[in-house]
Amino acid sequence: MSSFTDHALVQLTLMRMREFIREPEALFWSMIFPIALAAGLGIAFRNRPPEVIKVAAVTPRLAEALRQEKLLDVTQLPPQLAEQFVRTGKVALVAEPAAAGSSDGSVVYRYDDTNPEGRQARMLADQAIQRASGRQDAISGNDQIMREPGSRYIDFLIPGLIGMGIMGNSIWGPGFSIVDARRKKLLKRIVATPMPRQYYLLSFLLWRMILLPVDVGIPLAFGVWVFGVPLRGSFIALAGTCVLATLAFSAGGLMIASRVRTIEAASGLMNLTMVPMWVLSGIFFSSQRFPDLVQPIIKTLPLTAVIDALRANMLQGAGFTQMVPQAGVLVAWLVVCFGLALRLFRWR
Amino acid sequence: MPATAALRVRNLRKGYKDVVAVDGLDLEVHPGECFGLLGPNGAGKTTTIEICEGLTEADSGEVEVLGLRWSSDAAALRERLGIQLQETQLAEKLTVLETLRLFRSFFRQGPGAEEAIRVVQLEEKRDARVGTLSGGQKQRLALACALVGDPDLLFLDEPTTGLDPQARRQLWELIEEFKAAGRTILLTTHYMEEAERLCGRVAIMDHGKIIAQGTPRELIASIGVEHVVEFSAGNTALDLAGVRGMTGVREVRTENGSVLLQVTELHKAVPGLLDELGRQGVPLTELRTHSATLEDVFVHLTGRHLRDE
Repeated sequence: MSSFTDHALVQLTLMRMREFIREPEALFWSMIFPIALAAGLGIAFRNRPPEVIKVAAVTPRLAEALRQEKLLDVTQLPPQLAEQFVRTGKVALVAEPAAAGSSDGSVVYRYDDTNPEGRQARMLADQAIQRASGRQDAISGNDQIMREPGSRYIDFLIPGLIGMGIMGNSIWGPGFSIVDARRKKLLKRIVATPMPRQYYLLSFLLWRMILLPVDVGIPLAFGVWVFGVPLRGSFIALAGTCVLATLAFSAGGLMIASRVRTIEAASGLMNLTMVPMWVLSGIFFSSQRFPDLVQPIIKTLPLTAVIDALRANMLQGAGFTQMVPQAGVLVAWLVVCFGLALRLFRWR
Repeated sequence: MPATAALRVRNLRKGYKDVVAVDGLDLEVHPGECFGLLGPNGAGKTTTIEICEGLTEADSGEVEVLGLRWSSDAAALRERLGIQLQETQLAEKLTVLETLRLFRSFFRQGPGAEEAIRVVQLEEKRDARVGTLSGGQKQRLALACALVGDPDLLFLDEPTTGLDPQARRQLWELIEEFKAAGRTILLTTHYMEEAERLCGRVAIMDHGKIIAQGTPRELIASIGVEHVVEFSAGNTALDLAGVRGMTGVREVRTENGSVLLQVTELHKAVPGLLDELGRQGVPLTELRTHSATLEDVFVHLTGRHLRDE
């Protein structure tokens, strides 16, 4: 009886695994949910191509002049119909000759100046007509289009979701299992055996480590393949951040579960821990939006540290040295929480 | 008597906030015997057994298990004890085999998981999830978990509580097999049939104290009563003084409209009772007799029943 699988730590970790994969809901919430969230938000906040504005012209000459501007979608319409279209918002602007039979070619633009689209149409239409009438630009300007991955909302969001996922899984997973085992007196039964007690706690950390590539890999792969989210930093630094984050949050989960006897009390404590970080740590929007006064507090939250480090790594390609402050915050949380968990833990 | 007791408890005390659970308890379990702690709920049985199992700390007193002490030899002791706790719910999503392999991995030596499954006759449920087992099967699995370390001493806390009669009998047969195999067992129960059937010696507990100790036969003999006659006279008034004066009647009690007589000689007491009732002109609506049991011992000692339901 000395093979690898007969070791208590292996058996305990296997128990974690079996309890996890035999719980379909857990599988859904920890794997499918983050993807659905990222997909939904990615679609909602996707960068659209530049919009084309619909305008109308009442003479062929004006229509021809306006069509030179690519950002305008031009229709030639009889005057009455054009008037009606602009009133009902079907076109943003109507261009027509100033007065019937006038020969200087002056133009009247009908549009709503309180509508930004109308004002933009006015600018573009006037520019096109002036050029068609022979205006020369005083200086030439060339466009260089910047639509690079890394500055879009989805790029900001994916590291936030990864951090949120690590926190949720690491705190809920061990926390619930322990409270459940305590409630069912399984914890007491297990410590009545010669098994070294730290094995029991260690098995939770081990299992989180085994699950980590999945926890992080799914939202990361989804972001990279579907949205082209960049991975500019060192992959080892990224992995290291995730490992450290998992250890710190799992220690937090153990601490929360160290004395609680009911699932309800555990839920309350876990929400009390996580909700402030969901709000403050910049998952969905930058934590810089909060007042300067609370910034030092926000910076010491573990989730802020994880997300800041992930964003710096993935989006700015930050190296190890730039991630030291965040790593420091995580190590501090890990040491404090694990120390307290060991001290406070009740086995019955 | 053997040189070393399997379990020796001296003057054990344990109090909780507002109750004294164990109040100066002495106990000695010999190697190879099945010893029963019998008492009603709240008598302090579970507290006592959990102190012996090293799960609860006593306020004072001495506990020596297999010649070792919890304060200095906890690790060695855990290897040698087999424990079944009251109300443990094993992980529901694991199978029987997985559960036993888990528990087996906690011990240095002992029979394999498959062997333990065979001993408790759960072969057919080997790959069934624990959550799908019946109460009796779960309890047999709990017993198997207590056996995988090949223990020198088995602690069974209310092993049959909450089981139906058939499952209970099945569990008794298992425990009898353990006894036959020479294992030392300490079990707690509030079923007197269980204590009478399984235990070589019994200690009757009440309010944290042992109020009587001995073999079931000795205990029953100690109250000087061999039989109990229970009868009912319907609603007719009855003069109990006449009954009390009959020969061989030790004690007379009324309970729920019935009269209970503790008697030494059944063959003299029953005709005597019939004569007395005939003399008083009282009709007999019910008559039952049984040999005295541990229940009667408990009633004799405390005036209460083991199970106040």
